[in-house]
Amino acid sequence: MGMILRVLLLSLACATAQAQTRFITVASTTSTEQSGLFKHLLPAFEKKTGIQVRVVALGTGQSLDMGKRGDADVVFVHAKALEEKFVAEGYGVARFEVMYNDFVLVGPKSDPAKIGGTKDIVSALARIKAAQAPFASRGDKSGTHFAELQLWKAAGIDIAKDKGPWYRDTGSGMGPTLNTASGMNAYALTDRGTWLSFKNRGELVISVEGDQRLFNQYGVILVNPAKHPHVKKDMGQAFIDWIVGPEGQAAIAGYKIGGEQLFFPNAKR
Amino acid sequence: MSGILPLRLEGVSFAAGGRTIIEPLDLTLEAGASTIILGANGAGKSVLMRLMHGLLAPSTGRVAWRTEGPRRRQAMVFQRPVLLRRSALANVVYALDAAGVPVGQQARLAREALQEVGLAYAAGRPARVLSGGEQQRLALARAWALHPEVLFLDEPTANLDPGAAREIEAVIKAFDVAGTKIVMSTHNLGQARRLGDEVIFLHQGRVAERAPIEKFFPRPVSPEAAAFIKGELPWA
Amino acid sequence: MLDAVVSGLRLVATLDLRLWEIVGLSLAVSLSAVAFATLIGLPVGAAIAVGRFPGRQAVVVMLNALMGLPPVVVGLFVYLLLSRAGPLGELGLLFTPPAMVIAQTILVLPIIAALARQAVEDSWREYEEQLRSLGVDGVRGALTVLWDIRFSLLTAVLAGLGRASAEVGAVMIVGGNIDGVTRVMTTTIALETSRGDLPLALGLGMVLIAIVLALNAAAQIIKDAAQRRYG
Repeated sequence: MGMILRVLLLSLACATAQAQTRFITVASTTSTEQSGLFKHLLPAFEKKTGIQVRVVALGTGQSLDMGKRGDADVVFVHAKALEEKFVAEGYGVARFEVMYNDFVLVGPKSDPAKIGGTKDIVSALARIKAAQAPFASRGDKSGTHFAELQLWKAAGIDIAKDKGPWYRDTGSGMGPTLNTASGMNAYALTDRGTWLSFKNRGELVISVEGDQRLFNQYGVILVNPAKHPHVKKDMGQAFIDWIVGPEGQAAIAGYKIGGEQLFFPNAKR
Repeated sequence: MSGILPLRLEGVSFAAGGRTIIEPLDLTLEAGASTIILGANGAGKSVLMRLMHGLLAPSTGRVAWRTEGPRRRQAMVFQRPVLLRRSALANVVYALDAAGVPVGQQARLAREALQEVGLAYAAGRPARVLSGGEQQRLALARAWALHPEVLFLDEPTANLDPGAAREIEAVIKAFDVAGTKIVMSTHNLGQARRLGDEVIFLHQGRVAERAPIEKFFPRPVSPEAAAFIKGELPWA
Repeated sequence: MLDAVVSGLRLVATLDLRLWEIVGLSLAVSLSAVAFATLIGLPVGAAIAVGRFPGRQAVVVMLNALMGLPPVVVGLFVYLLLSRAGPLGELGLLFTPPAMVIAQTILVLPIIAALARQAVEDSWREYEEQLRSLGVDGVRGALTVLWDIRFSLLTAVLAGLGRASAEVGAVMIVGGNIDGVTRVMTTTIALETSRGDLPLALGLGMVLIAIVLALNAAAQIIKDAAQRRYG
């Protein structure tokens, strides 16, 4: 009984200590978290400002939803149309572009759709469908899923109608989807950052990259304090100012895995 | 004596699961004489005692003590004592506490009770690791501490060897000497003779005969009692 | 598989500070939840075991069914409760360890209550007459039985602890798996799995299993000692 009480007190003390820390909650995407970018960026910001940044990594759709509910101070996601809608509906104050990375189409070395090394993502998708080659989709309303759906549409394929057993809807994050693709030698669309830090590749290699249409723009938005008065607008804005400012932009450019730069800063100020 | 006795059972019957276990009966238990309830297995001895003690509610009729609120003035010792997983002393203290005895007196009364049943040496031992005889004596100590006016005993020595049984009998005698009314069921006719003053003989849920000990054994009136005595005697 | 063993051993051997923080938080959250659930669940289970009230059978069935509550559903429920847009949003508890404790308490409570109900009910058959003979009523009787079979109830508490320390769905949703704040063993395992670092994930899993095993062994030793001591 004594031990139980001690543990309870400890956890309460823990909770109180946290309440005293200055922190903001950022809803972001699995790609930024799992690529290790935040681990690289945040210590610099925290050191400079003393503000702890707590990142909850979800799909873009869920992250925006978190912002709508007021459970985050800042959202940091990649689906421009959805972000603009979020701001237009009054949930966010303003959207700032931060950086981009690109999507790559990965697939098995055996390359059943014969698309390896091509640059045209749209015709590659068409050939995957024609070959009925296995394809693993996020299917979770994330930014990546959203981008994938746009690309199918561009290829003139109504994926909701045309998908067959070859199209596997995993309904999960980027990592689990890659695990699935790796396990069944399927093609999959992924952001480059997650791919570079992903370890369980198996037979998978990059099949298509470099197409303009694969560019993936990230934006950052302060959740509107007018909707949710408890939003820590000053600290949240400080984070946004930092990440679109010279220090943050330089830090983004400096993040590399195996010598390869993952994200390209392109803030407009 | 101005206590809770006599106990009157008026038209008391008991049925469970569509089976009548005790036929409607009238009984009066006076203070003083030790009453032995005899009868074959299934005659209803245990049920009758539970009706008297208040553990079972009669299907018909009523069980009436001379005064109200008799719970603390009566105690019951079962065939298999249920002891709590704590020391022997703490078991007695628990009973005293449940009976509303002031905290300040509990330990002293409990020690006296253990002394009385010859268990003072085991006061600190966990109750559940005591021998069968010791456990039953502890159950008696628990009753003793309450100084009941009436003590019900349901075949208290049925699971014990003869040596342990004799120790239990000695404690029951001590209750009698101290003025507690004994109501005990038993299979053991020798024990009935040693401890009892009168016999209530049950047969198939009815009181077939009620008689003083010295009349019952030599000259039972009812044929059922006669047959029972004849059948049981060789093992007495 | 061998990779995982090596990875797990290396994790333990290097006493990685961050790992121990994660282990510490896991234990703090799960033990707190189990402590709360025990404080509530044992009396509730005992009351249902001893009580005679209309609808009792339905309550028993419901309690048993709730043992299978999916963690994700509990997580979602607590999330909606604690979300800023929810009824308890004011507290600002979402994505904090207390939120995880709340979710796990809800998850574990039916397990402890249902198992306690069964244990007390079984024992009550043995104790009831004796306790009533001593003039002990329902509430006090239930508490007496609870205390008397306390070492058997360890099993119920352990079942709860097993559930709490193994689940990932609820803590992931209400905790958010925030690095250094709400990241626990299971969410770390989920994260490393999604990063494709399967050996590390499996290694962490082995650490988790070892901890749960140690807790169970300790409880068993206590139980055995008590059995010998008290009978």
